[in-house]
Amino acid sequence: MELLVAIVIGVMTAGGIYLLLRLRTFPVILGISLLTYAVNVFLFTSGRLVIGAPPVLRDGMDSYTDPLPQALVLTAIVISFGMTAVVVMIGLGAFLGSDDDHVDDAPHENEMHGVEEQS
Amino acid sequence: MSLFIIVALPFLGALLPGLMYKAGRAACAGVTFTVTLAAFLGLLTNLPSVLAGEVLTARLEWMPELGLNMTLMLDGLGFFFALLILGIGLLIIAYARSYLSRDDHMGEFFTYLLLFQGAMVGIVLSDNILLLLIFWELTSLSSFLLIGFWKHLPEGRQGARMALTVTGMGGLAMVGGMLILGQIAGSYDLSVILQNRELIQESPLYLPALILILLGCFTKSAQFPFHFWLPHAMAAPTPVSAYLHSATMVKAGIFLMARMWPVLAGTPEWFAIVTTAGLITMVLAAVIALFKHDLKALLAFSTVSHLGLITMLLGTGTAFGAMAAMFHILNHATFKAALFMSAGIIDHEARTRDIRRLGGLRKLMPITFVIATLAALSMAGIPFLNGFLSKEMMLEEATHTTLFGIPNLVPILATVGSLFSAAYCFRLIGHVFFGPVRDDYPAKPHDPPVGLWLPPALLIVPVVVIGIAPFVAEPFVKLVTASVLGEAGEVPKAYFKIWHGLVPALFMSIAAVVGGLILLGIFKPLLNAWENTPRPEAKTIFEGLIEAVAGTARWAILGLHNGAFSRYALICLATIIVVGGYAWSTGTVGPATRDLQPVGPVHLGGGMMLIAAVAGLVLLHRNRLLSLVLIGIVGLMVSIGFVLLSAPDLAMTQFTVEVVTIILLLLALNFLPKRTPVESTVLRRVRDAGVAVAGGVAAFMMAYHYMLRDAVVAPISEFHLANSYKGGGGTNVVNVILVDFRGFDTYGEIIVLGIAALLIYALTETLLSGPVRARLLNRQLDQARAGDVHPMMMVVLTRVLLPVVLLVGFYIFLRGHNEPGGGFISGLVVSIGVVMQYMASGFAWTSARLRYPYHGVIGAGVLIAGFTGIGSWFVSKPFLTSDFTYVRIPPFNEFELATAALFDLGVFLAVVGAVMLSLESFSRLARRAHYDESEHPMDIDPSRETEGAA
Repeated sequence: MELLVAIVIGVMTAGGIYLLLRLRTFPVILGISLLTYAVNVFLFTSGRLVIGAPPVLRDGMDSYTDPLPQALVLTAIVISFGMTAVVVMIGLGAFLGSDDDHVDDAPHENEMHGVEEQS
Repeated sequence: MSLFIIVALPFLGALLPGLMYKAGRAACAGVTFTVTLAAFLGLLTNLPSVLAGEVLTARLEWMPELGLNMTLMLDGLGFFFALLILGIGLLIIAYARSYLSRDDHMGEFFTYLLLFQGAMVGIVLSDNILLLLIFWELTSLSSFLLIGFWKHLPEGRQGARMALTVTGMGGLAMVGGMLILGQIAGSYDLSVILQNRELIQESPLYLPALILILLGCFTKSAQFPFHFWLPHAMAAPTPVSAYLHSATMVKAGIFLMARMWPVLAGTPEWFAIVTTAGLITMVLAAVIALFKHDLKALLAFSTVSHLGLITMLLGTGTAFGAMAAMFHILNHATFKAALFMSAGIIDHEARTRDIRRLGGLRKLMPITFVIATLAALSMAGIPFLNGFLSKEMMLEEATHTTLFGIPNLVPILATVGSLFSAAYCFRLIGHVFFGPVRDDYPAKPHDPPVGLWLPPALLIVPVVVIGIAPFVAEPFVKLVTASVLGEAGEVPKAYFKIWHGLVPALFMSIAAVVGGLILLGIFKPLLNAWENTPRPEAKTIFEGLIEAVAGTARWAILGLHNGAFSRYALICLATIIVVGGYAWSTGTVGPATRDLQPVGPVHLGGGMMLIAAVAGLVLLHRNRLLSLVLIGIVGLMVSIGFVLLSAPDLAMTQFTVEVVTIILLLLALNFLPKRTPVESTVLRRVRDAGVAVAGGVAAFMMAYHYMLRDAVVAPISEFHLANSYKGGGGTNVVNVILVDFRGFDTYGEIIVLGIAALLIYALTETLLSGPVRARLLNRQLDQARAGDVHPMMMVVLTRVLLPVVLLVGFYIFLRGHNEPGGGFISGLVVSIGVVMQYMASGFAWTSARLRYPYHGVIGAGVLIAGFTGIGSWFVSKPFLTSDFTYVRIPPFNEFELATAALFDLGVFLAVVGAVMLSLESFSRLARRAHYDESEHPMDIDPSRETEGAA
């Protein structure tokens, strides 16, 4: 199980990073979302993996999984929604304002001297 | 008076002149004067104890863990400087009242002046070197404001910037030096550091600490090679020059050298650095001063020269040198402040301070003439004035000092310095006051009102009194010297007197005065020679240096930060991966301590589906709608994983967030292009894939090894599990942590969420009020709209569902404390119920039926949560302490009432408000874009049929 979860985290991280490095806002936002999943799951695993022992107190149960990472990840999930919404709004505003959804500034706009702009 | 009050008075008083600006100029000056007078008198009340040799301290613990305490100390040295600062401050305030014109903002000026005064008093009374550093930086900042007070003058602004750059840089170096010193001594208290002479001087870190601290002192006291900023700071109003640049701020560096004298002085390093810098400064500045035509520039360089003299004396490391230095500080402060004020008077009355345009003022301004001449003669070292006495002592000390093994080097240079010093003093008297009366002054000079000449006249009193009767100053100077020396030396027995017999110093003095007169005699050819000699201009060098630094910074910043986001992301990620890889390769990892959990086929299937979805997302991300579907699968699988791994709350949250996120992205996609074009080269894609794979592998390794091992330290959640029911009254530990144990975190988080939503709202408003609005209105839809914009099935279904959803939300909210659920999740569920109405029945229809603005809902949520927390104050408990009780109202079963539920209500409202406000903002954009939206849901758009037929 641990191996599977670790692989899933790794795959989501890799996919997130790849999309984060794209040139248009939409895939970049998707990449951030994917990275968010990976990070949240990773944080969650800091409580280690336990099956069938949710941290809801029951009579006759004496072992529960660690509740603290769950509480922290729960707020992280909600906050990441807020963050995604803001990023989407910024990206959308930029596109509506300039009809361009590139994440990089156009080369002519910046004041680089002598450094080649890569595309 | 308590030392705290003495230091605090100027700072508190600094508020008054600024506030009382409207009350008039006299009121501003009056209140400043009163505040300073109060501090001055408060200082004097401590005179008896200081004279008795006591060291007064006042202590207030501030951050004891860091060794940073509010510790003040008043000994002879501190008293001496505080007396100068406050005493001359009083005269300067009186003088400034008459000097500043009606156009100058007097409240602002006096506020800055008091800030500066407080910082200076703070420096000289600090017993903690960290505290001293804070005051030190405050003097740099307040002097910046004072030098640049005449904001309309470019020289003022440039001078202020230069002063701030140089002294700020030195201050930074000194922070390092002081920290090293504190580390060596094991304490940041001066009183402890001063006891540890041997420990500090034997430490290998002594030299770095010494150099760093001296950098701070030299920049502040304008010692070579940092002397250049002081003359440029003369663009300040004259009261500032007189106060900061003669009597106080430039003496801060000298003060610190004196303060640190017992632990830093006496070593060969100290002697070589300090004496050399002092000597060079003294001679160089004296030579430059002679050829300056601007009165204030002349005085500025002469100040630099005299500061060099004092530094040189402190550098010798002998007790006699220290005593001479203290005596000269006293004398210099009196005659130099008087001279600056006289220069200000001349500038004020004759409207010029150019010596070439002056002359003959002796008859026109007799009072000023007497004051300035006495002060200048004292500076030249003429007997029966106080400057003579300390200069004799300096020359005496010089004859006993050998630098770098060269005999007579120091005495000769000291004599040369004195010679030029005498020469510029004579030039000042001769070229300004003597000579014929001219008829081309810019304004007809005459003696000023008493407010301007009385302050310098008062300063002349000690100049003459000490000059004639040196024994008056002797006990006090010896007291100050004793506190400089501490236990590192004995106060010399030497008496202060005018006639010491035919000692070498006397001949050197005579040589200096006679040489000075000769130089004045041949001034014209000398000036020609000087002006034809090429020499480096400090300002040009400084500006070149600044330009070079700024250029380098610009190059580095623009090179890294060129507006290409993908580039920063790549640099950032690559750095993280490389640094993490380095840590991984150098670190060791303990043996695995946990057993692996079994993997069933269903788990494997879910994992495979997730991996396939991510792979599909990466490969097919150009089709944006499809990629939304795929990311939905990823989110769903993560939620199911949470269910499996004993995290029901997380699963519910992830699932509901997933729904709103997808809706949000769909709303955004409505405006964005539906496909991502192929732009990047294959090479670039390979590179990105390489970074991505490296990052993925790193995350995998970290997560895997992490999960195989138990925590090194027992997790604090044991406490949460044990106390959740007993203390928090809930069996769902996750929820109890959120609303109780870590309620303050949650409180912060709902505020952040609310701010994010408001930000989205604000961005939408900005977009809609700008040019985007017209663009949206004229936008051509890039795909055909559905014929039935509001499908009947969906409308009916969502309306039927709404009460059910609300009920479910309510249920999840109520059970949250004991079963999976709670404010966050029920907030999201309810939001989804409402969003469904928007989607099915349309924006217009829904918002027409909406009674409460979402901003208000967010605000109500935060306020309810906040007031719940504040409520615990009324029972004398800390913020957000929760309480609960069980009640029974027939016919219901017994149930629980907890304040945490009220807090959770706040969370619920904030989440609903934030989610709805964000989604609503997006749909507001959409509403602008669409041509005409029907007020009626369940409409059929006939235009599509027509289009289809046509």
